Amino acid sequence: MTVPTSSGALERRRVRVDRGYSRSSPRLFRGSGIPWLYLAPALVVLGGLLAYPIYQLGLISLFHYTQAQVSGGEATTFEGFGNYAELFRDDQFWQVLLATVVFAAACVISTLAVGCALAVLLTRVRAVPRLALMLAALGAWATPAITGSTVWLFLFDADFGPVNRVLGLGDHSWTYGRFSAFFLVLLEVVWCSFPFVMVTVYAGIRSVPSEVLEAASLDGASQWRIWRSVLAPMLRPILVVVTIQSVIWDFKVFTQIYVMTNGGGIAGQNMVLNVYAYQQAFASSQYSLGAAIGVVMLLILLAVTLVYLRLLRRQGEEL
Amino acid sequence: MKLSARMVAVAAVLATAACAPQTSDNSSSDKDEKTGTLRVWLFQEVNNGPKEQVVDSVLAEFEKAHKDTEVTVEYIPVETRAQRIKAAFNDPASAPDLIEYGNTDTAGYVKDGGLADVTAEFNAWKEAKDTDPTARQSVTVDGKIYGAPYFVGVRALYYRTDVFDDLGLDVPRTQAELISTAKEIRTARPEMYGIAVGGAYTYGAMPFIWAHGGELATGKGGSYASAIDSPESRKGIEAYTSLFGDDNCPAAKCAGMGGNDTVTAFASGKAAMAIGGDFSHAAVEAGKVKGKYAVVPLPGVEAGSIAPAFAGGNNLGVLKSTSHRTLAVDLMKRLASKEAQGALFEGMGFLPTFSDVREQVAAKEAFVKPFVETLAADTKFVPASPAWAQIDSSQVLPTMFQEIVSGKKDVASASGDAAKKMNEAFGSAG
Repeated sequence: MTVPTSSGALERRRVRVDRGYSRSSPRLFRGSGIPWLYLAPALVVLGGLLAYPIYQLGLISLFHYTQAQVSGGEATTFEGFGNYAELFRDDQFWQVLLATVVFAAACVISTLAVGCALAVLLTRVRAVPRLALMLAALGAWATPAITGSTVWLFLFDADFGPVNRVLGLGDHSWTYGRFSAFFLVLLEVVWCSFPFVMVTVYAGIRSVPSEVLEAASLDGASQWRIWRSVLAPMLRPILVVVTIQSVIWDFKVFTQIYVMTNGGGIAGQNMVLNVYAYQQAFASSQYSLGAAIGVVMLLILLAVTLVYLRLLRRQGEEL
Repeated sequence: MKLSARMVAVAAVLATAACAPQTSDNSSSDKDEKTGTLRVWLFQEVNNGPKEQVVDSVLAEFEKAHKDTEVTVEYIPVETRAQRIKAAFNDPASAPDLIEYGNTDTAGYVKDGGLADVTAEFNAWKEAKDTDPTARQSVTVDGKIYGAPYFVGVRALYYRTDVFDDLGLDVPRTQAELISTAKEIRTARPEMYGIAVGGAYTYGAMPFIWAHGGELATGKGGSYASAIDSPESRKGIEAYTSLFGDDNCPAAKCAGMGGNDTVTAFASGKAAMAIGGDFSHAAVEAGKVKGKYAVVPLPGVEAGSIAPAFAGGNNLGVLKSTSHRTLAVDLMKRLASKEAQGALFEGMGFLPTFSDVREQVAAKEAFVKPFVETLAADTKFVPASPAWAQIDSSQVLPTMFQEIVSGKKDVASASGDAAKKMNEAFGSAG
């Protein structure tokens, strides 16, 4: 994103100085407020929709703020980091955090594996099966999470579910055991999020010059070898984006857990951070504690994203 | 880094400009207008027609008695009532003057500063002396009264007469008999639950704890302490959780069930017994088992005794922020009057909160007899503490039952953990 200039000399100098980076502003505008003026509309929108809610979230997390404070029944008191201290002392929070991290990691890996495998498959099949696969994937993508969850739950229903009937499992309950319930939710999460990975990666593969792939197969490379040594490195920027997206989505998963395990499973065994925050903030009206959980989630996701970007940069990749 | 310096400056300005999160001023209004529009929120029931008729006839008389007043009633969906009522407390300007609310929410709403203290008016009300004690307790917090009881709901034992006849079983007279009968039925009819129970069915489980002499919490006013881990309570928890298992109601199915699920199981013929409310009558009548069931009070520990039941139900309350206090209180009394409650029973089947009215209607309608008997024997209420809403919504008791029936913890440690969580809530919410 460069600011257009009419001067060829300036352009050359910019290129020389910046070596293709687009980060610094042209010297012409340095000191004047003109770039800010151009950026103002975007900044106002970002400020209103992003910065202000996060600021409020952080603010609320520092107070004792429940329904009684909101509706004026009691005075609001400043707690400092009291809510965070309470949260970190709570054993359940750590259990939920661990479950969330492991569950999100499993979801991300499964989603990426399924999405990439099907993207490669898309490039290898004829038009009709490709169309069918695309339509099926887009259907899954377009299904609202709550509908998808309900349908999956019904498929695995203990009494009436077709899955139990086909597998001959009698009235086996899939949501009773902790891992079996998490597995069921994982299936639904992968089902509704692999299309994004698949379509994006497929588009990426399509933009890889066909000579490269042809050369690789002429050299006798296997399908897996082509993916590992040719496609994956060339698609790296795309894979980075879909990975970060998946990490963020799967860490924040709410609807699937809430619907499929009925708000966190038997004795809260399938609770993830977002459902836990909801229970604290809205069901129990402890808005400040819920806000503190929200801030912790935000920081974790920011840290994950930054570390990931950093690692990539060290390997000499630019996004 | 010019940008970050700027951002810090902006953040600093914002932080000083708004140094605390928003709160609304919910002090009681000093206005008490005698004319104008009164706004009322009542709950939208499944079959709301008869309720609307009763309310409309009360409103007609009210508007006749008070000149230049108008009442608008909105029926709000039960599922979203919590958000609606919270929003009303947050924004007094658009809040109603009179609301219907679930009686377990009383203490929480009082703490939120939402409900007006109507002690003087309630005590001066002639009909109030016949209000049954548990109903009165359900509108009382710290000795002050915050509304009028509207109707009560209570649970009893539904059982399948045809199954009991076929198997030659007697109706259980003690809880021990109840448990053994349930298991006998399951053995003879493996496709059925002996008695449908749910790990998330708190109000179905409470009678077992109360019947064994246990309590949810002890104390008065502001300071409650959990008693869920007392030896008596543990006996009750043990009795209830012994019903989960392949010999009655398999944990894999029943641990996650709530009250409605157990009633649905009974209504569809999948259970030989269930603990259901007088308000479940219509659902059971609409099911497969119509004409093949009867209801008795849930037995206690001793033969012939009745287990104390939870007295659920709804109240009417005036909002603190109303600018028509006198009118709103008058309308509340009219809506909750003996006559209106009697009519509400005729239309909806909701049990009146006045002992005398309840006896009259029980004489007319046979199906309410076991429920009225249960109410007359002994009823209990949840702790009148704002912490109860938090304990309820953070699933402390369902978690406890589910931990036990799924074998994650034994009764002692699960009830100990639940008591700890309850005490934390009592401590923080006062």
